[in-house]
Amino acid sequence: MSDTGAFHRTTLPSEDAGFGDYVQLLKPRVMSLVVFTALVGLLVAPASLHPVEAFAAILFIALGAGASGALNMWWDADIDAVMKRTAGRPVPSGRVEGGDALAIGLALSGISVVMLGLATNVMAAGLLAFTIFFYAVVYSVWLKRVTPQNIVIGGAAGAFPPMIGWVAATGSLSVEAVLMFALIFVWTPPHFWALALFMKEDYHKAGVPMLTVTHGRRATRAHVLGYTLALVPVAVGAALTTIGGPLTLAVAVGLNLWFVIGAIRIWQRDEAVAESDRYRVEKAFFRFSLVYLFLHFAAFLAEAALRPYGLGGW
Amino acid sequence: MFRPAHDLHKRRFSRNLGLGLTLAAFVVLVFALTVVKVTRGDPMQGFDHTVQPAAVPVEGGA
Repeated sequence: MSDTGAFHRTTLPSEDAGFGDYVQLLKPRVMSLVVFTALVGLLVAPASLHPVEAFAAILFIALGAGASGALNMWWDADIDAVMKRTAGRPVPSGRVEGGDALAIGLALSGISVVMLGLATNVMAAGLLAFTIFFYAVVYSVWLKRVTPQNIVIGGAAGAFPPMIGWVAATGSLSVEAVLMFALIFVWTPPHFWALALFMKEDYHKAGVPMLTVTHGRRATRAHVLGYTLALVPVAVGAALTTIGGPLTLAVAVGLNLWFVIGAIRIWQRDEAVAESDRYRVEKAFFRFSLVYLFLHFAAFLAEAALRPYGLGGW
Repeated sequence: MFRPAHDLHKRRFSRNLGLGLTLAAFVVLVFALTVVKVTRGDPMQGFDHTVQPAAVPVEGGA
């Protein structure tokens, strides 16, 4: 552990924290992605839930993600305080006490898992519990500060929501659920390494072993290209399953072509050139990666919406 | 006379109001879920204070 490890035991009191500070603790931006992908997983599944059950399922999956975010903020308060991007978070800024973040994270973990189990099924609840454990313990506590592959491993936690949504609706796993998981899992490394390329000072100062710090920027660029290429068969493969169709395949081919071209440009870039234009290509690639994931899942949703009219699917 | 609310009290009020509304929403959701689960008629049987011939062991039966 780093020498700032005692931070969370010495944060300022939180007497005057507003409700919004506690909402920030749950990482609402991450939650919005979780809500969207879990909703798609639930809606494209070949089984339907009552709208109230579906609403509860999405709510508690999102709450579980928020709980793991709060636990992550409690544990990472010391490094969050060092990085410009995260210094304003409720715990490092002193608005919420570390102990409060831990208590909220644990309480919401329990509530979200139990309620998801009661609203849908035990398997979905078990997957949510594993996701929270994976993000809060395996990623945040064990691996984030130890290995430069932290982003790859952490990506698994973010990839579970559509799978949980699918299992909540069907009660079982399938190749479609696994491919939706794989899509986010393989997408995460190029997304975050592109960010690391232009936010280099932050990770360096915090001592987090990002690939850019441990293996250098040239290796990071090569890794971005490698994972982007690995993403192609996953995205195209998902489009060929029952959740896909001609529309999804067209979207997958178009987006992956664009993504690979972006990754090749990143790979070819010289560091001096990148610095001179303030990482224009890396920033554009990062922004496009968000569009990439959104459009893939929107395409799955569109196929499901068109199916009753005899238009979607194969 | 009332003194103007201190910023601390405003934040504390926002926290209490937010928590109150969250708890109220949770109660409504649990109630709605209960109604859905019950009206959808998942297999269930009421056992209280009723004779249940099906639960009585049959003498000499297998």
